[in-house]
Order: sequence, then C-alpha cells, then structure tokens
Amino acid sequence: MIIKSSAKFSRRSALKGLVNGAVVTVALPFLDCFLNNSGTALASGAPLPVRFGTWFWGLGFNPGRGVSKKTGAGIEFLEECQPLVPHRDYINYFSNFNTPLDGRVTLVHFTGWVGCRTGSVPQQVTDIPAPTIDVVVADQIATGTRFRSIDLTATGNPRDSYTARSTGSRNSAEVAPLSMYAKVFGPEFADPNSATFTPDPKLMARQSVLSAVGEHRQNFMKTLGAADKARMEEYFTSIRQIEQRLDLELQKPAPLEACIKPSNPGEQQVGTELETVLNVHKMQSELLALAVACNQTRVFNMLYSQALSTLHRRGEAFIHHTLTHEEPEDPKLGYQAQVAWYNVKSFEAMATFINAFKKIKEGDGTLLDNVLIFANSDTNYAKMHALDGIPVMLIGKAGGKIKTGYHITGNGDPISRVGLTAQQAMGMNVSKWGTASMQTSKPISELLV
Amino acid sequence: MLRHVALAALIGISLVGCGPSEPKTAGGPAMLRRLTQEQYQNIVADVFGRGINVGGRFDPLVRQSGLLAVGAGNTAMTVSALDGYDGIARNVAKQVVDEQHRGWLVPCTPASVTAADDQCARAFFTKTGRLLYRRALTKEELDSQVAIAAASTKILGNFYDGLAGSLSAMLVAPEFLYIQDTVDASGRLSGYAKASRLSFFLWDSSPDDALLDAAEKGDLDKASGLKREVDRLLASPRVEQGVRAFFADMYGFDGFETLQKDSLIYPAFGLATADDAKEQTLRTIVDLLLTKNGDYRDLFTTRSTFVSGALGMIYQVSVSNPEGWEPYTFPEGDQHVGIQSQAAFQSLFSHPGRSSATIRGKAIRELFMCQRVPDPPANVDFTLVSDVHNTVHKTARERLDAHAADPSCSGCHRLVDPIGLALENFDGAGQWRTQENGASIDASGEVDGMKYSDPAGLGKALHASPAISSCVVNRMISYSVGRPIASGEKPWVDFLDKSFKSDDYKLRALMRRIALADAFYAISPDTAKGAQNAAAN
Repeated sequence: MIIKSSAKFSRRSALKGLVNGAVVTVALPFLDCFLNNSGTALASGAPLPVRFGTWFWGLGFNPGRGVSKKTGAGIEFLEECQPLVPHRDYINYFSNFNTPLDGRVTLVHFTGWVGCRTGSVPQQVTDIPAPTIDVVVADQIATGTRFRSIDLTATGNPRDSYTARSTGSRNSAEVAPLSMYAKVFGPEFADPNSATFTPDPKLMARQSVLSAVGEHRQNFMKTLGAADKARMEEYFTSIRQIEQRLDLELQKPAPLEACIKPSNPGEQQVGTELETVLNVHKMQSELLALAVACNQTRVFNMLYSQALSTLHRRGEAFIHHTLTHEEPEDPKLGYQAQVAWYNVKSFEAMATFINAFKKIKEGDGTLLDNVLIFANSDTNYAKMHALDGIPVMLIGKAGGKIKTGYHITGNGDPISRVGLTAQQAMGMNVSKWGTASMQTSKPISELLV
Repeated sequence: MLRHVALAALIGISLVGCGPSEPKTAGGPAMLRRLTQEQYQNIVADVFGRGINVGGRFDPLVRQSGLLAVGAGNTAMTVSALDGYDGIARNVAKQVVDEQHRGWLVPCTPASVTAADDQCARAFFTKTGRLLYRRALTKEELDSQVAIAAASTKILGNFYDGLAGSLSAMLVAPEFLYIQDTVDASGRLSGYAKASRLSFFLWDSSPDDALLDAAEKGDLDKASGLKREVDRLLASPRVEQGVRAFFADMYGFDGFETLQKDSLIYPAFGLATADDAKEQTLRTIVDLLLTKNGDYRDLFTTRSTFVSGALGMIYQVSVSNPEGWEPYTFPEGDQHVGIQSQAAFQSLFSHPGRSSATIRGKAIRELFMCQRVPDPPANVDFTLVSDVHNTVHKTARERLDAHAADPSCSGCHRLVDPIGLALENFDGAGQWRTQENGASIDASGEVDGMKYSDPAGLGKALHASPAISSCVVNRMISYSVGRPIASGEKPWVDFLDKSFKSDDYKLRALMRRIALADAFYAISPDTAKGAQNAAAN
C-alpha cells in the first residue's frame, strides 16, 4: 500500500509550503461570517445554523407539582418547576403523551427514556432498538464542525449517556469539565476571531496516518462475516470523521461573533454528591454553549442525573432514586418532601443549562434562538415507575422554526410525536418516526412554523 | 511468590488428564473482540515495557451475558471512542521514540535524524509489528508502515516523529484494536488466532515471541506442541494477570471506577480505600487459587487475606506497615469469612451512604451463582418501606419484610433478601456492626435449602452450593472465547463442570482443561465460512 499522494497534502493552496516542518501564517479573508443587516442570517445569505441537543434528568417529578393542567399558550410551572419560569417563553411542555408497550414488559427506568428518544420500545435492558434522536439528527446536520456531537454527563460516570446508534454502539460521555475543555478548546482549537491562523504540521501528519489506516478498509473488511462488517463500517466511518476534523483544523475558521474562547476550568472533583454534580453541570453547560457558539459542534447531549439517579446529599444515607420509592408522603404536605427537594434541584440545573445558551448573543437574539433542545425524563411519577405522561420539553426556537411557550397535551398519543415534531423543526425531511404502536406520522403541527 | 506459582502450576497440571474424554462440539461463531483497557495496557507493557505511560480515555465496554469480555465482541467503535484510542496511541508512540526509550526500543539509529530512513523503520516494524498485530506483517503491510513513517518524517522533519506517527497508525488499526478469530481455508481457527485466544485467556495480553513462533511452525495444531505452550503459559507469572482480569470481570469490579462513598457517613472510607478494597480481594483470589492452588469454593469461607493501612481502618485491625500490604488471617469466630465479607464486595454493592441487602443479594445470585434475578415490576408501591430512622421498622430486615409483603415483590425478594440480609452486619463501607437504629441485626437466613445464622454461615452455604462452582465454569468458558456459550457446547460445559469437581475445584486445572480442549478452538462451520481469511496467517 502506498501512502497518500502528495496531491492530497497540497490541496489547500493556502497551506502551501507547510511540509518539511515549515509553518506559515495565513490571514484568510472573512467569508460568510458577517451577518446580514437584519441579523438573522449570514451575509452570504445562508441562515444561522440551527443546532440540536438533548438534556436528561432522572425520576420526573411529583404528580401535580410540576406543571399545571392548563394547556395552550403560557405554561404554568408549579412548585417543583419554578426555576423554569424565567425561561417559559422558550419552552414547550408536553403532557399526557404515552408509551404504548405492545405487550412488552416495562423495564423500569429504561423503557421510558428509550421510548422517548428512539420512538421504539426495548425488549430488554441494554436493548437500544433504534438510533436515539440526537444520532438521527446528527446524521443530517453534523457536518462542517470539528465534532459530530459533544456528549456530557455531570455524574462522573462515562456510561451515563443516553445517546446510541444501536445496542452495541453507545456514545459514552465526557465526565470532567477539564477533559471537555482540552478536547474542544485545547491546542487544536483555532480561535475563529483571531486575525491570523497558523496551521500545525502535526495535524497534516496525523491526517496522513489516519488516511493510511482508512485505506486498509477493503482488505480488512473482506476478512469479516456480515455482522462484523456492519460493526467495522462504523469504525471506518469514525476514522473518516476524524480525518474530516483534521481537515477543518487545517483551515482558517470563519469568524464568529458569538465565539469567545473560555478559560481553563481546571481540575474539578466529579461524582454523584449533589453539590459536585451541580458544579460540574454548570461548568459543562457553559463550556458546551461556547463550543456550540464557536461552531465546534451542532449536536450535543447533556445528562444531569441518571434514570436511576444516584444523586445524594452529603451526609444523607439515601440517594434520590431510593427516596422516590421509600420516602413516605408527608401527611401534612401530601407529597414526598425530600424527593420534591431533589426535583427542584433538577429544574434549577435545567435552568442553568438554558441560561448558558441564553446569555450568549448571536445575531439579533441569543444562541437559544438557534438551538432546539429535547429534554426528557424516564418516568412521570417515579414512585410508581409511571410511563404515561413522561415529562418532555422542547426548548429553544430552532432558528424560528418552532413556536414556543405552549403546554401541549397528547391525550394519550404516542410520545414519539414529540420526537417527530423536533425533527421537522430541525428541517428534516421526515414524515414518520417510531416503530409498532409508537410509530407516528402526526407531528404537533400547531407548533411548527 | 513466583516460585510458588510455578510449583502450584505443576501440582495443578498433574491433576488433569484422567477421567472421561472431552465431548466433541460444533463450536461457536468467530469473534471480533475489541481490546479491553487492561489488555491494551498489558500489551503496551509487554511490548514496550512498564515505563510507558498508557494514559487517556478508554471507551467503556457494555456488559453482556454477565461479562465485559462478551460485550467486547459486540461493541462498535464510535467516533468519540476512536478519538480516545487515537489520543492514547499518539501518546504511547511519542514515548516509545523519545530520548529516554528509543535507545532500546528502536533497534537502529537513523543515518540522519532529520530524514527518513526506510531501513531503520523497516527493522523497527518487523519486530514490533509482529507483536502488535499478533502475527507477522505481510509485505504490503510492512511497506505501508515504512512509507507512513517516511511521509510523516517529510512533513515533520524528524525521523523519530515520523516513526511515532507510523506506530500510532498501527495502534489505532483494527488489526491491533480487535482480537480477530481468523480461520484458515478449512474453516478452522488459524494458528495465530489460536495463539491469541490462548494468551488473552491465560495472560490477558498478546502472545509473546515464543507463542507466535509456535503458531508459525504449526505447533499449536499438534497435541504435543499445544500442551507444551499451554503449560508454559500456565507456569508463567503472567498467569496472575490473566486470573485477575477474569475475576475482575466476573465479579463486576469495573464498578470501582465510579464507586463513591459519603465521607460524612463513612469517614474511614477514604480515597485509597476503594482501590485497596479491590486489590485485597484480587490478592486473596490469587493467593488461594494460584499460589496455594486451593479449592475455588474456599473463596467463600477463607479467613486468610491481606490488609493495607486503609483497610486496617475498615476492619479495625492493626497494620504494621501502613504503606504496604501484609498477610492477615481473621481469627476463628470472626465473621470476616470469605470474599463476600470483604470491603470490596460490601462497598461495591451498597449505596453511597448505606448498605443494601437487596443489591448484595442480587449480586451474589447473579455474579457468584450465575442466576438471573428478574427486573423489578413497574407500578409498585413502596410505601411500606420506611426510612432508616423509622421507629417501627428499625432494621433492613424489618423494612424489607414489610415491603415484600406485596405479592408482586415477594417473588424476587425471596431470592435475594435472605442472602443480602445475612451481610447486614457490614455497613455500606464494609465496617462491622451489630445494631441498626439501636436494634440488633438478625443475619439468619436460608439459601437454596441451606440455613444459617450469621455471615460465616452464609459463606458455608455458598461453599456447599453447586451453583457456585458451575457458575465459575460457565463464566470462564464464556470469558475464554469472548462470547456466550453456544447451544451446541452444553456437553462440553457439563463435562468441564464434572471435571472441575474431580479436579477438586482447582482453577488451574480448569484453565488447563479449557486451553487444551478442541472445543476451545472450534469455530462453527456456518460462521467460519463468513470469516475465512488470511489463510496465509
């Protein structure tokens, strides 16, 4: 096998002369970075990119204490969701959408989130019957950025990640703010607003190395059976995606008004102790929003707490999940008081996440105007593992493609309608989504612009 | 200790070789398994020395059929996973050629440091490539590595940087990252694949030069050659590495990567305690099963173990050297009996701030006895279970009894609670206690008809349970081939189960029987056809 041809090395004329260790500094002209006069699109006429993400919290909320039953415009957030009040004009809340099981058993703390995110019901724990919605969207929009997706968890466990293409292809999460910073804003990050650009010859060498690995594909694949071939296709796709990232890193990025390189967050403790989680989550949220603003990714996933949440307060014997089952309802209050406290913390975290996007100015508005966040839990009333009416929200205006501020009731319709609506709001040409009784061709069209 | 290991190996080996003959099986599918983190680290240490730091983010594997080793055969390589491997590869390659290591890891000096040297690069990859790919490189592959090194040298202006670039390509190549069951033209596992299957099973690492030589000569296809190599591998100190990896997988010790304890509730469980707890149990296993060549079932009744300074705090025993490890035997009458009483098991299968009889009982059923405990039903009302300060239900037994009164819960809780409640004398950090909320803890129970009154009694019941020994046989077979046991392999499993008993439950004997069995290398004809390749290998 021969290494990449020299033609490939020199295909970017701006980088001519890079070989032999010589480094050139180029100042490329601003391209489509400037916004048009109305601030709604790039000067080239291309609209501001719309990004897609997910946010997850475990264990839902106490019945009658999250959102009032009033539907239509103007969501009424109740006690446990009070932290969301300042952001309600950016949120759509969906109630009474169900997860029909078609005779399958409920896999507690699993069926719920899998159904919401894949439009399909799993048969057993670990079974991911279809790609999660972020993967589906990423297949359409994740181009032109360094990372196909940025996946984060605040719990300290990389396995706490609800994004997957299939059972055997789950995307693990970054756990530490510092590791995410190093990955996105480390030495390979090129500040798009810097006047000069110095391509790193090491990147070119790495590209040639990965290209050589990729060129083995044909020889290697012919040695495999059908099942392994499918698995290794993903390996070689991953090789190509890293090559494409290196390709981007060798080019001067277009300036971005909203992009500011964050400072190094330093080493932070990670774990499931609540204060630790809140701290990590806040740092990750802010880094992530800047990564999006700096066009490092167009797809992201953030997990605040697991479906079987092990979050706990320092000095307390019980974790959040155990409390949902074992804490008696307070006879005076009529609900589980400690669980309610955890639930409020979940929505404080959600508000922190929303705010991270809201405080970054982009165009005439904020980054939140140009994202769509699919936020869901795994259960409605955690004490009973209730799958009916799992709380789901769509947050952000998707570049003006979705109306916000509505409480929509599903009247028992499959919860996959929310996912289909999200995909259409993202501009995807998809008319139905889900499988079996979860399959739907009915988006919530009153929200779509 | 190594002398003991070698001696014990011979004792174990002498036990094998009598009794009924091994049944024939159709084998299972050819597998393509991703290296585990430990295997990757072991290979780097074996090929480049322990001075090379293998830092970075390894993508976690998914546990399937009870083992990460099985999940490794079904896990895809996402871009974030490959990103991690790419970073690790570059980091390793950079160290291999740095000034500290190149003198003995690179077998030649280039004519010029600033220019490519194909001859030197070829010499490096001929030797190193064989160990990394676990087979000799084809001429095309070798030419490719040399060409990548030359091209990278041209870009970077430094021979060693170019060599590192080419080495990093090998370290992210599927031929390195995946253990592939290559088959020959007749559909049988190739000699090189046999060598890998053997070495990853017994050493948790790649074959050494001698094993690759044996594969190349066809020795592994002959009974005498195979026996010679199996006995050599079993006599090597590296077998300890293999045994540790197997039990760490079987017992779910990957949970230690994220284990946390509340420092206010368990101040004695410090940062070092989790690492030491895991190490204690692994040392106990190695000591009993390898060094002493003991009975596997004795793991559940042994009082002999090792303690460190951090564990001295947990067990309330004096440790003469707080910085190191020392043997320790809990006295007669003490309830620290068996690995299930050790801090590793007690802390891993508990909540951050309290014990859990249910989680512990489930872990013993599933990890030690290979029994599947059904998932909990939905729509269960747990109101009967009160908090730990409940004045009516003071102990876990009282709370669980109240909870299990619900008919939909009682089925599973009858399976797990009697086992877990027998360990309630150990709190969530593994510390001994006799009371909870001022009430005495009742550790009595029954497992599969065997009654007991305390934690030591549970150990005896586990020792006597046929499920304990058959479970390790099942898991070891599955682990060794990296897949669930195929339906046609049941006669082999039954044979090994009986042999394990006749071998007095010696682990070495079991490992040897597996490694020498035709069934261990058998590839089912239907899958062999799809995976035929590289007959030249």
